[in-house]
Amino acid sequence: MKQIAFISGKGGTGKSTLVSSLSILVKDKMLADCDVEAANLHILLQGNLLEKNDYYGAKQAVINNSICMECGLCRKACRFDAISPDYQVMELKCEGCGACEVVCPVQAIHLEKVKTGETFVSQTERGIFSHALLDIGAEGSGRLVTEVRKNIAAYKKDEKWLLIDGSPGIGCVVIASITGTDAVVVVTEPTKTGLSDLERILKVAQHFKIPAFVCINKHDLNKDVTSQIEDYCDKNGCPVIGKIPFDPSIVEALREFKTPVEAGNEKITDEIINMWGRLVEYITKI
Amino acid sequence: MKIAVLSGKGGTGKTTVAASLASVIENCQYVDCDVEEPNGAVFIKPDLKRRYDVEVLVPQVNEQNCDGCGKCAETCQFNAIAVVKGKVLIFPEICHHCGACVLACPNSAIEEKKRTIGIIETDEQEKFIQGKLNIGEPISIPIITDIKNRLNSDVPTIIDCSPGASCVVVNSIEGCDYCILVTEPTPFGLHDLKIAVQLVEKMGIPYGVVINKADQKDESIHSFCKQKDIKILMEIPFSKETAQMYSKGILPVESDKRWAKKFKELFDSVKEGVSGETDSIY
Repeated sequence: MKQIAFISGKGGTGKSTLVSSLSILVKDKMLADCDVEAANLHILLQGNLLEKNDYYGAKQAVINNSICMECGLCRKACRFDAISPDYQVMELKCEGCGACEVVCPVQAIHLEKVKTGETFVSQTERGIFSHALLDIGAEGSGRLVTEVRKNIAAYKKDEKWLLIDGSPGIGCVVIASITGTDAVVVVTEPTKTGLSDLERILKVAQHFKIPAFVCINKHDLNKDVTSQIEDYCDKNGCPVIGKIPFDPSIVEALREFKTPVEAGNEKITDEIINMWGRLVEYITKI
Repeated sequence: MKIAVLSGKGGTGKTTVAASLASVIENCQYVDCDVEEPNGAVFIKPDLKRRYDVEVLVPQVNEQNCDGCGKCAETCQFNAIAVVKGKVLIFPEICHHCGACVLACPNSAIEEKKRTIGIIETDEQEKFIQGKLNIGEPISIPIITDIKNRLNSDVPTIIDCSPGASCVVVNSIEGCDYCILVTEPTPFGLHDLKIAVQLVEKMGIPYGVVINKADQKDESIHSFCKQKDIKILMEIPFSKETAQMYSKGILPVESDKRWAKKFKELFDSVKEGVSGETDSIY
C-alpha cells in the first residue's frame, strides 16, 4: 500500500476538499484524517463506526496535598510554571515531565495518564476511515496523529492506497503525518503568504527525504504568483501536478456538504482526475 | 491590552484580521505567534532589523561521571533518552527541555547545553515581533514563550495565533484580555469555531466572533452565535477582489477607507468587551 499525505503548510488551501474529492474518485483505498486539532473529513464522510477509543496521550502531575509539606522544591524544578503557589497543578501548563516528582522529598507527587483525545475508525462507502479528535487545549497532538495512522494500519487488507489528510504547519503534527509516507502532495494557493508557506513545507519534505508534489489551488487568482510557484517548484525538483481554478461554486457546494465531484462540477472533477493520474505516474516510477 | 486572534483552523483570515486591526490602531504592537508559518510580515512589511536565536537546553552526558544506570532514560517522559549497553543516547529533537533527567541523575553526570530551534525577528522598536521555527523541529512552544516575554504592556498588542486548539494556542492566548475568533460560514468553519469557543471558555477569556467570507446564504454561524449568546463583532463579505488583493499582500484596509473605519469600530467593540468583563469581576 502506498501512503500519500496531503499537506499545505497552512490550513484553508483546499486540502480537505481535494482529499474528499479523491475519496470518491480513487478506488481501492483507505483514508485517514491526521488534522487531529481540527479534523474536518469526518463531517463529509459519514459511516458506520467500527471502533472508538479514548486516547491517553499525555501524563500530568498530581499532588497529594495531604502529604505535601509545601517545601517549594517542585515549584523551583518546574520549568513550565505549572504549580501554583498553593500547590495545585495547572493542567493546561503541565507538560507531564515529572521533574516535580523527581525532586519531591516526601513522594507527594506522581504522574497520571490523562485522556488527550478520542480515536475513531469507521467503515464508509469510500473505504475504511480513521480519524481522531484532540481534546481542547491538549498536549501531544503528534502522538495522536501516530495513533490515527496505527489504527488504520490494523484494518489494512490489500488496498492500494492510503490517502492522508494532513495537518497545517511544519511542526510535530505534520512531521507525524508525513513520516514514512511514500509521497506528499502540497496543496498551495498563489498568494504571497502561500508561496512562503510552500517554501517552508517543501523544505520539511526534503529534510525527511519524502518525494513532494505540488497542486496549486485557485491558480488563476494571481497569475504572477502562480508562475513564481511553478519556477520555484521547477528549480527544486517538485513537479506541479495540478492546477485548480478559482471557483466560488466549490464553497457553495461545501455548504451542502458536497465536494465539487458530487456537485457535478465537471471542470474541477476533470482537473482532479488528471492530477491524480499524474501523481500515480510519478509514484510508480519512484 | 492584549488581543489574540485565533481561528481553530488556518486559512479563515486570521492574519487578515490581525494585520488589518494592527494597521488601524495607532501605536500598537503586532506579534506573530504562528511560528510554523508566520505570515503577518507579508502585510505589515516591517523592517526586520533584529534577530535573536531561540535556544533551549538539552542534556549532555559527561561520560566520566556516568555509570550507565539508566535513571535518566527511565525518568524522561518523552523518550528522548535511551541507554543502550550502558551508553546514553540523546535525541535532542524530541527533548522537552524539562531538566528532569538532570535532577534524576544520581551521579551528576548530565549537564545541559544550548541548542537553537528557531529565531525571533523584530523591528528596531519591537513594534513587530515574529518567531520562526527551524525546519524539521517539532516543538515550537519555547519560541512562543520567548515572544510572549517581549510583549509591551504599555500599548495595545495584537497576537496572531497558530491554527488549531492545542497546547501551542493555549500558550499563545494565555494572559490575553480578549480573543477574536475568526471563522467562515461553511460546515468546516462552524465545526472549527465550536472548538475555538470551547478553548477560550475553558481559559475564561472574553471573546467575540468575526465572520470572514460571509454571504447571505449561510446562517449557520449566526444561529450558533445567537444560541450561545456570542457577540458577532464584524462580517467581511466573500469577494474575489478581496482574495485577489490578499494574494498580492494588500489588506482590505489599504485599498478601501471604509474598511479602515470598520476595523477601528472592531477595535472599539473589543475594548468594550474587555472593560465589560472587568466590570463583572469587580
